[in-house]
Amino acid sequence: MKMTSKSLFGALLASTIIASPAFAAGTHPTTGEALADDQTFTYWHLDEHSSVDPQVVEDVSGAAIVRDLFEGLYNQDAEGNIIPGGALSHSVNDAGDVYTFNLRPESKWSNGDPVTAHDYVYAWQRLVDPELASPYSWFMHVMNVKNGDAIVGGEMPIEELGVRAVDDLTLEVTLEAPTHYFALTTVHGSTFPVHRATVEAHGAEWTKPGNIVSNGAYVLTEHVPNERSTRERNPMYWDNDSTIMEKVVTLVVNDENVALTRYFAGELDQTGVPAGQFPKLKAEYPNQAHSNPRLCNYYYTFNMSETGNPALQDVRVREALSLAVDRSIITDAVLQGGQFQAYTFTPGLTAGFVTPDVPIANMTQADRDAKAMELMAAAGYGKDNPLSFEMIYNTSEGHKKIAVAMSQMWKQKLGVEVELANQEWKTFLETRGNQDFELARGAWCGDYNEASTFLDLLGSGSGYNDGKFANDRVDELLQMAKTSDNTQPLYTEIEQIVSEEVPVIPVYHYTRVMMLAEDVKGWPFHNVEQNWYSKDLYKVAD
Amino acid sequence: MLNYIIRRLFLAIPTMLIMIVLCFYLMQVAPGGPFTSERPLPPQVLANIEAKYGLDQPLWKQMVNYVSGVVTQFDFGPSYQYKDRTVNDIIGQGFPITLKYGFISFIVASLIGISLGILAAIRHNTWIDYIAVGTTFSAQSLPNFVMAPILIYVFTLKLGWLPGGGWNGGQWQYLVMPVIALSTSFFASVARITRSSMLEVLNSNFIRTARAKGLSEGTIIWRHAMKPTLMPVVSYLGPAFVGMITGSVIIDMYFSTGGIGRFYVNSALNRDYAVMLGLTILYGGLTILFNLVVDVLYGWLDPKIRY
Repeated sequence: MKMTSKSLFGALLASTIIASPAFAAGTHPTTGEALADDQTFTYWHLDEHSSVDPQVVEDVSGAAIVRDLFEGLYNQDAEGNIIPGGALSHSVNDAGDVYTFNLRPESKWSNGDPVTAHDYVYAWQRLVDPELASPYSWFMHVMNVKNGDAIVGGEMPIEELGVRAVDDLTLEVTLEAPTHYFALTTVHGSTFPVHRATVEAHGAEWTKPGNIVSNGAYVLTEHVPNERSTRERNPMYWDNDSTIMEKVVTLVVNDENVALTRYFAGELDQTGVPAGQFPKLKAEYPNQAHSNPRLCNYYYTFNMSETGNPALQDVRVREALSLAVDRSIITDAVLQGGQFQAYTFTPGLTAGFVTPDVPIANMTQADRDAKAMELMAAAGYGKDNPLSFEMIYNTSEGHKKIAVAMSQMWKQKLGVEVELANQEWKTFLETRGNQDFELARGAWCGDYNEASTFLDLLGSGSGYNDGKFANDRVDELLQMAKTSDNTQPLYTEIEQIVSEEVPVIPVYHYTRVMMLAEDVKGWPFHNVEQNWYSKDLYKVAD
Repeated sequence: MLNYIIRRLFLAIPTMLIMIVLCFYLMQVAPGGPFTSERPLPPQVLANIEAKYGLDQPLWKQMVNYVSGVVTQFDFGPSYQYKDRTVNDIIGQGFPITLKYGFISFIVASLIGISLGILAAIRHNTWIDYIAVGTTFSAQSLPNFVMAPILIYVFTLKLGWLPGGGWNGGQWQYLVMPVIALSTSFFASVARITRSSMLEVLNSNFIRTARAKGLSEGTIIWRHAMKPTLMPVVSYLGPAFVGMITGSVIIDMYFSTGGIGRFYVNSALNRDYAVMLGLTILYGGLTILFNLVVDVLYGWLDPKIRY
């Protein structure tokens, strides 16, 4: 491997000498904008990433680095649509359960080796390998690749996974059943190929700078845990000529306010916005403060299992509680970051999903409150006989504000006595996962841009359905949606059932609020999954 | 003396073992585990992971394996959170950082603290004393989590003199603010202890005798009062030294130094058992060591103490 490191270093050096003047102080090849001399993008992350191994990484910060270092079958464009990456195209058989990908012949690893279909097969088998025990091996279940579950369960060898290299440039994937969103899942980091020889040579340490061989637009050159991680352009990347950003630096700053100070001091090009500061920053820096939709929902789930509060098993009570939550106060007065009021579980901007017409969404808040009072009275609760329960959330100022606002709305409108309880994250997950709660906070970000990534949570068999909501019709519809070509009517019906049964109180749908330096261009604001690629970014001259 | 040191070091072994057992037990009692996540892992995946890390074995066996790994190979195990790193890596990378800014802070805090304390005591009830006392009170009431953002605001944003954080191999520009933030409350404590100790010593009989003998004030303070004054200071500085070189979560958080303080807190929140144990052993070991150093120093400072 010494040869590899040397040749990589040589190639990097050569590229810095040769490639830098190509764009530095030049103009953007398509927009014609004058480019800045220094093409270094420095951005903020709250916490240290868990790993940059595509099959192991589980956090958003690590996933962003992985997207720069590696390239999977498909990438996303600025709108979030899939575009060719490691694969040029794919075809699907008539039955819809076999996908054949034509790989890009010029793709190379950073050490010069060609990227082949075998690399994908190795990576995908690695993802489900019980020996690696990837915390993301469940993603193969979402992708529905044949035998994935059985291999994870240790019932079959990894070679039985439904993926094979027909030849060096043809990858064939066999699914358990037709899965219409399958191609969308290939932009996920866990499906990215890895360089087998490197992984085998270095074991768990293969991702360290110096060891790592990757096929993306960048290579990892520095990592100081809890401080910074640096990646620089990969001269072997097939589209290196189009890459403008030379260097990308992730800085870990554990305090959002300090990060904002460092952003204003010019040390960061991008950072987050501490809760409640968005309106002020937007007014002062209209071209730097951004709020864009993000594919995540925020909700409260009722415990519908036997251990739940009996009073909350009454659908009238649940509906009344949902109606009485004035979402506009939460989005406009508490959060103030352009978030969307939620009346459905699935965010309205999910691709191919039209927000169904649910009655609660069309009422005025006064009508909702009136109906809520009626329902509570009908259920036998009122000032003389107040309903009381406990609501839990994980420790955070933001969650606390929302919980306080909701409990006040219930107290004032319905006379409900709510006991608020915050719990540290792992304790909270344990409590919620063991159905040891009455009403608990929940939030979900889509793994891919399709409604099933949200609605699957409401299936009775879902491991993530902590409220244990079980509805046969919902299960049936979810099953039908997996293979259907026209999912909208099915998803509409599920959302309507959820609106009637109220197993959850949808509160809001997320936005991503951030500060981005004015000279940084190419940020994919309209990609609701917020997947960004440094290779698409560039800095313009002042 | 040597016998005493060897005896103390042997006594450290059961102490460390008790600490490991307690830590193991307390970690298991905390709800949730290293792999509890928002998306609960399918049971088979969880079983695979637990088998990989040996977490499926009975607790006593895990403990025995762990201790034997530490003793025989100096292997503190893998991190469950940072999967491409071992605990040895984390300590190896983070501890030198913490050691550097901690040690410098310690020297700064001790020098300023002791000088200020002595000065205040020998100029008791003068304006020097009042200023010294005022400074120490304000320094002590300014916690580092308040100090750190203020420093960054002033020196980075307003004046543009210093980088707002990072480490960069520990260049001086990156050290200034962490050292100020970390040493402030320590120097205040050192100054207060030194001052009151010196005042007490200066009022004692043997100093009165020295004065009666007509010795100069300088000789009295340096030859006779200094050593006894430092006794309580040293007993404070021992644990303070360990506290400083093992870092501060606040310093790591605000200045992004990459030190181990932040890892320690995160390991508890993430239930990253091995990292937590490794760092606990490091902290425990250093505490035992420096308590011993303090006790040995006592013998030098106070001739009445014999080992």
